Amino acid sequence: MKAIGKEVKSKMTDHAPQLDVHKIRQDFPMLKQLAYGKPLAYLDNAATSQKPQAVIDALMRYYTNDNSNIHRGVHLLSERATQHYEEAREKVRQFVNAKEKREIIFVRGTTEALNLIAHSYGRANVNAGDEVLITALEHHSNIVPWQMLCSERSARLRVAPINDEGEVLLDDFAQLINERTKLVSIAHVSNALGTINPVREMVEMAHRQNIPVMIDGAQAAPHTRIDVQELDCDFYAFSGHKVYGPTGIGVLYGKSELLEAISPYQGGGDMIASVTFDKTTYNTLPYKFEAGTPNIAGTIGLGAAIDYVSEIGLDSIARHEHDLLSYGTEALSQIPGLRLIGTAKKKAGVLSFVLEGIHPHDVGTVLDREGIAIRTGHHCAMPLMERFGVPATARASLAVYNTREEIDTLVAGIQKVKEVFAL
Amino acid sequence: MTDLQDLYQELILYHGRRPRNFGKLADANKTAEGYNPLCGDKIRVYVKVGGDVVEDIKFEGAGCAISTASASIMTDALKGKTRAESEQLFKAFHDLVTGHQQEAETQDLGKLAVFSGVSEFPTRVKCATLSWHTLRAALSGDGEVVSTE
Repeated sequence: MKAIGKEVKSKMTDHAPQLDVHKIRQDFPMLKQLAYGKPLAYLDNAATSQKPQAVIDALMRYYTNDNSNIHRGVHLLSERATQHYEEAREKVRQFVNAKEKREIIFVRGTTEALNLIAHSYGRANVNAGDEVLITALEHHSNIVPWQMLCSERSARLRVAPINDEGEVLLDDFAQLINERTKLVSIAHVSNALGTINPVREMVEMAHRQNIPVMIDGAQAAPHTRIDVQELDCDFYAFSGHKVYGPTGIGVLYGKSELLEAISPYQGGGDMIASVTFDKTTYNTLPYKFEAGTPNIAGTIGLGAAIDYVSEIGLDSIARHEHDLLSYGTEALSQIPGLRLIGTAKKKAGVLSFVLEGIHPHDVGTVLDREGIAIRTGHHCAMPLMERFGVPATARASLAVYNTREEIDTLVAGIQKVKEVFAL
Repeated sequence: MTDLQDLYQELILYHGRRPRNFGKLADANKTAEGYNPLCGDKIRVYVKVGGDVVEDIKFEGAGCAISTASASIMTDALKGKTRAESEQLFKAFHDLVTGHQQEAETQDLGKLAVFSGVSEFPTRVKCATLSWHTLRAALSGDGEVVSTE
């Protein structure tokens, strides 16, 4: 499977087994609760996903039986904690299909991964007059670290534009790549619009001019199968908490030769081979980038989350969410005065919208009292909101446990909003 | 549902849709911009102060029903008030929307009392107080953008 083109992808998900959503919902204790006396319709998954019992149990088990510091004790507990921590690294390696385990660095989340690369790769390679290229649909976390780097280095941040559907204009993107470009950093899936970027193609465009590419996969990891070798990206990052894992744990993948070549992000324990007051020799990969006691419980919890989604199968999840997305798009499109923001041909489970004459914040408050949790605001993508001429949107975002009934609840909730604000 | 009706009272919906004193104030001698980074709402308040008195006041900007109605009703309430009276009203209003009001204060609030429902919606307190914070910044005259954060 070379290009992860539309046809290949849809064929893949069409053949994926259909999942039993009502059985899956049983795995998530959070979903059993009522909100204001109504069944909770949790549609804020792009912000964070709920956790299956298996992940909660893994955290509990670690703190009950194995809690100990890793990579240093000779005692039984430390050995066990280290083993579970490193097993999680192997699970992540398989999850993104990295070549080697040492290419998997544990970080706090996607934001830290992006900052790590801006700091360690950026400061070694971006100088006065150079350029870093991003796109117009980036989250603030894939804008601000590059802005900081560029302002420090008198370099220039370039932004590839998007069309009215929320798709990156590939010709413009290609044209913005030039001999001054030192790094390209792009979202795999847009958090505010749901657009799936043709990252494989974009990586190829950059590589033709030998420019490395970082992919912000925060919104992709829960929804599509990731294969970093097939994408051939140089760096890839995602957050545990969006893929049914705990908060405070995330992953940076990097090609080993690139990670070898750059300096550590933080200094401290575990990232050293030897220290004297004159000189420190750094540890090998991946430990060079993991200074200090890491989020051991979170890492083990992430491992459990990866087991959970792998067992259901990402293709089945993608198929389920795509069905919900089509159903939701159809239903919302029929509501007079509702405008969907982000209508890319290739989309993951995000329904971003505005209602004529009603501010998204007011929409969110009324829906909240109906038991419907959505996000309202600028979604940490203020330049993108400006592009669409809206101060904010209301965003419903889907996960494996969402149902068509919940989409119906959302539609009824929106009718309710319109009643409250009837002219 | 009763909570929602408490929040979105008729008067609030009315002012949210058709705000009074909306637009630039040509002869303003004090102004400030307010910003709520949580929802992206922006507002500018213009004040004409003569001596110690708020002689005229207008605002412009885009926001939710609560923040627009709050600005609208605030501008109505403050016309002709002294700085000290404005400050007193702000305190009483702030207490009202955060659920700390005293009986005596509510009586002085007039139309502003329709915002009592906000106290049941902690996430919306910032919407209701944005225009007030902006007004205070304008009156204190440092001209900085104020933020609700």
